[in-house]
Amino acid sequence: MTNSIEEISKADYILAIGTNTTESHPIIGLEVKKAIRNGTGLAVADPRKTEVASMAHRHMQLKSGSDIALLNGLAHVIIEEGLYAKEFVEERTEDFEAFKETVSKYTPECVEEITGVPVDILKEVARNYAQAKNAPILYTMGITQHICGTHNVLAVANLSMLCGHIGKESSGVNPLRGQNNVQGACDMGALPNVFTAYQKVGMENVQAKYANAWNVDALPDKVGINIGQMMERAGSNVKAMYIMGENPVLSDPDSNHVAHALESLDFLVVQDIFLTETARLADVVLPATSFAEKDGTFTNTERRVQRVRKAIDPVGNAMPDWEIICNLSSVMGYPMNYSSAKDIFDEISTVTPSYAGMSYERLDNGGLQWPCPTEDHPGTPYLHKDKFARGLGKFSAVDYVPPAEQPDAEYPMILSTGRRHFHYHTGTMTRRTGTLDKYYNEESLEINEIDAQKLGINNGDKVKVTSRRGSVEVKACVGDTVPEGMVFTSFHFSEVAINKVTNSQVDPVSNIPEFKVCAVRVEKYSAKNVS
Amino acid sequence: MADITLTIDGKQVTVPQGSTVLEAAQKADIFIPTFCHDPELSRYGACRMCVVEIPGMRNLPASCVTEARDGMEVYTESPAVIEARKTILELLLANHPLDCLTCPKNGDCRLQDYCYYYGVGDTPFEGEHHEYEVEEENPFIVRDMNKCILCGKCVRACAEIQGRGVIDFAYRGVNTKVATIMDVPLSESECLFCGNCVAVCPVGALQEKGLRSQARTWEVEKVKTTCSYCGCGCNFDLNVKDNKVVGVTSCDGDVNGRALCVKGRFGYGFIHHPDRLTKPLIKKDGEFVEAEWDEALSLVAGKMGETKKEYGADSLSVLSSARCTNEENYLLQKFTRAVLGTNNIDHCARL
Ligand code: SF4
Ligand code: SF4
Repeated sequence: MTNSIEEISKADYILAIGTNTTESHPIIGLEVKKAIRNGTGLAVADPRKTEVASMAHRHMQLKSGSDIALLNGLAHVIIEEGLYAKEFVEERTEDFEAFKETVSKYTPECVEEITGVPVDILKEVARNYAQAKNAPILYTMGITQHICGTHNVLAVANLSMLCGHIGKESSGVNPLRGQNNVQGACDMGALPNVFTAYQKVGMENVQAKYANAWNVDALPDKVGINIGQMMERAGSNVKAMYIMGENPVLSDPDSNHVAHALESLDFLVVQDIFLTETARLADVVLPATSFAEKDGTFTNTERRVQRVRKAIDPVGNAMPDWEIICNLSSVMGYPMNYSSAKDIFDEISTVTPSYAGMSYERLDNGGLQWPCPTEDHPGTPYLHKDKFARGLGKFSAVDYVPPAEQPDAEYPMILSTGRRHFHYHTGTMTRRTGTLDKYYNEESLEINEIDAQKLGINNGDKVKVTSRRGSVEVKACVGDTVPEGMVFTSFHFSEVAINKVTNSQVDPVSNIPEFKVCAVRVEKYSAKNVS
Repeated sequence: MADITLTIDGKQVTVPQGSTVLEAAQKADIFIPTFCHDPELSRYGACRMCVVEIPGMRNLPASCVTEARDGMEVYTESPAVIEARKTILELLLANHPLDCLTCPKNGDCRLQDYCYYYGVGDTPFEGEHHEYEVEEENPFIVRDMNKCILCGKCVRACAEIQGRGVIDFAYRGVNTKVATIMDVPLSESECLFCGNCVAVCPVGALQEKGLRSQARTWEVEKVKTTCSYCGCGCNFDLNVKDNKVVGVTSCDGDVNGRALCVKGRFGYGFIHHPDRLTKPLIKKDGEFVEAEWDEALSLVAGKMGETKKEYGADSLSVLSSARCTNEENYLLQKFTRAVLGTNNIDHCARL
């Protein structure tokens, strides 16, 4: 997020795109609700009638995957009506003309055709957003999990720069991160192309700096492969894999393919707290600890680094992940002698400029938002204040492309996947709580009542969802949360392993799979009511 | 805003104009008991526990809704004040079940605290005792409306923190009760079980089911930490007894204040689930066999080393975790790059 969570409730106008905020990010959802109570306007773009959509002053129920058309359409209206921030565009951005040219094609009428959002609503939202004093854009996977996810993100950035709604309190571009420490894992360089704080692999000075810090002669300088490529090459170029705390068999698209890939490895190690679907395929499973059994830090979605504190001893012979890595490294001839998580953090702050001013002592008095370059720096609540990281903000003209898989005669409906309020990720934790799993113990497929009627499906009927890749059975939940032609479910339940069905087509730049759109066929499984 | 100065129990206090007498007293570290007041919630002024004496004012005003004025004189423990507070407590006791011996909130209850403080052990009033059924059919919250003192904090927490308004005052007079619409159980209402109502309840009317069935209030040690579920990054206190996490309670979080969602507050059961892996496992002939750490680690080290020797470092791949700590992610990428010798490291950031 370029802004802080608490800035949301002080906004004039909020544009939320493809985020089911109240369910996926409950506490941020509370901020949005607070904003509305303070009189903030809210526009939501989402194909589904989510809770946050029902709270919105305007719900733009766009067709799945048509976000770029919508965002370009908003920009079109704003430019056409002269509502854009001319000074900001002039002084702080570049390539405006090319952008202007591209969006000139996206007339409200043509946007209505692509997205289904009526002309007058598009115009109203465009005006409200542009004229607001400050206005954050919130988005999540609804924007990124498309083959054009990277372009979607650029289109969001374009809109915010166009109106000068960035680099100010309560104004910015705010991807809400799904997992507790996605931000931190990225910051720490758990990526094939960067070291910590996004310092690039292959840059001579960066390579030298880390080789020196880590006391080795040289470090590999060729960019590595990402998770999708790992799965593709498993068994051929990739022979052994080490997986810490992830469950790609359930979480990744086309799970049949992932399971097959992992099985074809010569050697697989999984380090986790449960014997997950992925761990079952391993040759060696190493028992790690939960967050309650270790010290450390997490970095939340607003870049806030916060302490995790050990409350209990490890269960059984389990070991915190960091200790396992240290021990393994030592066995492999590179001793890692950290006596505590604090020692590791001290090293992190010496090689990571954005974390350089942080220490456990400081974090004990409260979290700090990066960049925090020096010991007396208070942290940074919002980014891009006087200039962008690259200097001038670059407009990137992007065009709408339809989703990779379009409904056809054989697979006439669109499946979209997401999260539920009572569960988390692949359910490994929430489904073993004795509380959440008792209360919400069966997954269902949301289907529109008109489609249900056509297919002879009643609420609670078991249905079969089939795509080109696989099929699952699930209970139907008939209603009007999803529009006609669309169905929705989560990936929390292994019984409804929906990622057997989803499409592993990825965005060519970010490699994010298109979870939000794939073509499926839905049919009644048996007449028996299973609820 | 201009500052004003008033005198509370003979002590001079300077506060910004617009502050309440209660806020001024708190600033001066002068104790005033409250039931219905909460700094994060709208002002209510209903329980009258916080009354004070201010010469020149008729009756005893409630300090939580009385604005402090320049030159004001306030007495927080005058005989009249103490008398009034005792009467309020006696009236509350008249229809409160006196079952502190078995009440799980024992030791962390404002009613109990104030009765102790003012020496109120009994009541001269003949009260109306209700026989409400205790609601405990959901796995998260136990609701015992017999113990409710009608301070309305839960009603305001649900409306103002959670923005939901699931519960409100219902019925009239002695039958007044906090209830859901149509007085159905929470599980049949729009309740999301965030438990933010539980976090503000000053007595035993709303309690965490799991926590209170496992530990008495003084038996737990609280350890402040950060939630391991979503990216909001809420802080809370893990409640620990005998080296076991028995519950989660609110602390004053940087991001969330006292608010949490159902996952953060009630989703800790996985920590001690019997399915937890407690020993390394090595697959032998298709079956997992328990092993010691030494054996497992040398096997991993050996296989990784051999594979690297035979096929080169880039035949190795590592997946790190968006659920592990920064320290662990840092170490794993360091291990991958410096020890394995490849940049083939990624995590499920995209999901
Ligand atoms: S648990 Fe949350 S939603 Fe339910 S009544 Fe309490 S505050 Fe309201
Ligand atoms: S308590 Fe809920 S909202 Fe807060 S971090 Fe945990 S999962 Fe997210």
